[in-house]
Amino acid sequence: MIGSRTLIALTLLFALILAIAPMPKMLESFRPDWILLVLFYWAIALPHRVNVGTAWVCGFILDILLGSVLGAHALILALVTYIASANYLTIRNFSLWQQALIVGLVSAFYHLGDYWIQHFLTTAYFLPELMWPVVTNTFIWPWAFLLLRKYRRRLKIR
Amino acid sequence: MTPLFANGPEPQTRIIIAILLSFVLMFVDHRMQGFDSIRVYLNSMVSPIMYAANLPQRLLDWSAESLSSRSDLLDENARLRESHLLLSERLQRMRFLERENDRLRALLGSPLRQDIRKMVTEVMSVESNPNSHQLVLNRGSLNGVYEGQAVLDENGIVGQVVSVGTTTSRVLLISDHTHAIPVRVERNAVRSIAIGTGSWSRIELSFVPHSTDIKVGDRLISSGLGRRFPEGYPVAEVTSVVSNESLPFAQIQARPIAALDRVRYLLLLWPPDAEKQPKKGALKNLAEEAEALIP
Repeated sequence: MIGSRTLIALTLLFALILAIAPMPKMLESFRPDWILLVLFYWAIALPHRVNVGTAWVCGFILDILLGSVLGAHALILALVTYIASANYLTIRNFSLWQQALIVGLVSAFYHLGDYWIQHFLTTAYFLPELMWPVVTNTFIWPWAFLLLRKYRRRLKIR
Repeated sequence: MTPLFANGPEPQTRIIIAILLSFVLMFVDHRMQGFDSIRVYLNSMVSPIMYAANLPQRLLDWSAESLSSRSDLLDENARLRESHLLLSERLQRMRFLERENDRLRALLGSPLRQDIRKMVTEVMSVESNPNSHQLVLNRGSLNGVYEGQAVLDENGIVGQVVSVGTTTSRVLLISDHTHAIPVRVERNAVRSIAIGTGSWSRIELSFVPHSTDIKVGDRLISSGLGRRFPEGYPVAEVTSVVSNESLPFAQIQARPIAALDRVRYLLLLWPPDAEKQPKKGALKNLAEEAEALIP
């Protein structure tokens, strides 16, 4: 019997792999933030398993994988997970599409935060295409949610 | 069973710890370069994830290779044979010119140019974010890759290695907005610095006076100043020169010659005279040169 922790860690690992998997040039600016979606799901489904600490560690690994400043993604993912786990009872009761809108808002915050940190540290300037993943995240959330819920129920992760 | 009360510290305490830790990390990493040596271990630790992410593409490549038909292979073979013949002819001429150049340089008393060791590497992943143009290569410190090493494709300079793991290394492209490369105009040896803009197809020459002789279509080659990039490799081609007298400098844009947006196989260079560790080595070399000058 595999423990719940391992099964959750597997989904996070898979999300990390998807975050850096090569994609066609055309689709690359639309790449959804898998790690954000998966963390968000676990934070509202099992807040006692996945919390700010888990998110921070994932963000730290993402920083190494993406070669960004260490701590940048860790900070934003921790903040996002904090928002999710502070309101998990509210968010759980929303319908799928309302949840999708909230995920959209949160991922807008994620990308703006990423941009702010980069702008603060280097000479990065704002490009509108940075915000495309917000749209993709919003549309992918319902499917990601259903898939992860099925995974959780089938394997009885608690 | 779901516990009624979460154990461990309060969420507020956790988030405050996370925020503080992140800020300390960012400060140490960015302002003090405190993690340069630790990053080797960190990069090595996450390299399995990188290899896993690269697996589907490798599988596709492998199946495409093993499924290609006999006639396709024969065609490709013929094409390669032809280009090999043409290139060998140029190589023969190049050898002759090289010898002649060496003799002339010897007559002038200039130092001879030596051969450069090269290694072919494959790109594992490309950064998608417009604010960071980076690649990951499948060679690392085990293959002798070092920080600051020049990376080329078949047309020109692609970028430089910024961090190394044991089996992977990360390359900053010349189009990244934090990258700058010393260049020279091939036609008349005017020197300048080409700075990335964050766009794949555009780099800019900065601080060029209005009177400088740079025209559209000029090729920019690496000047070898700064000792990071070896001298004489193509970097970019000038695409627009705007000389607006109300601005302090001319605005010159160029297009990188290397196809930065569709790189697959790249070359790593080991220049014989370049210091292995440019950061610490450069200072030592300067000190040695200064000592040699003192009688």
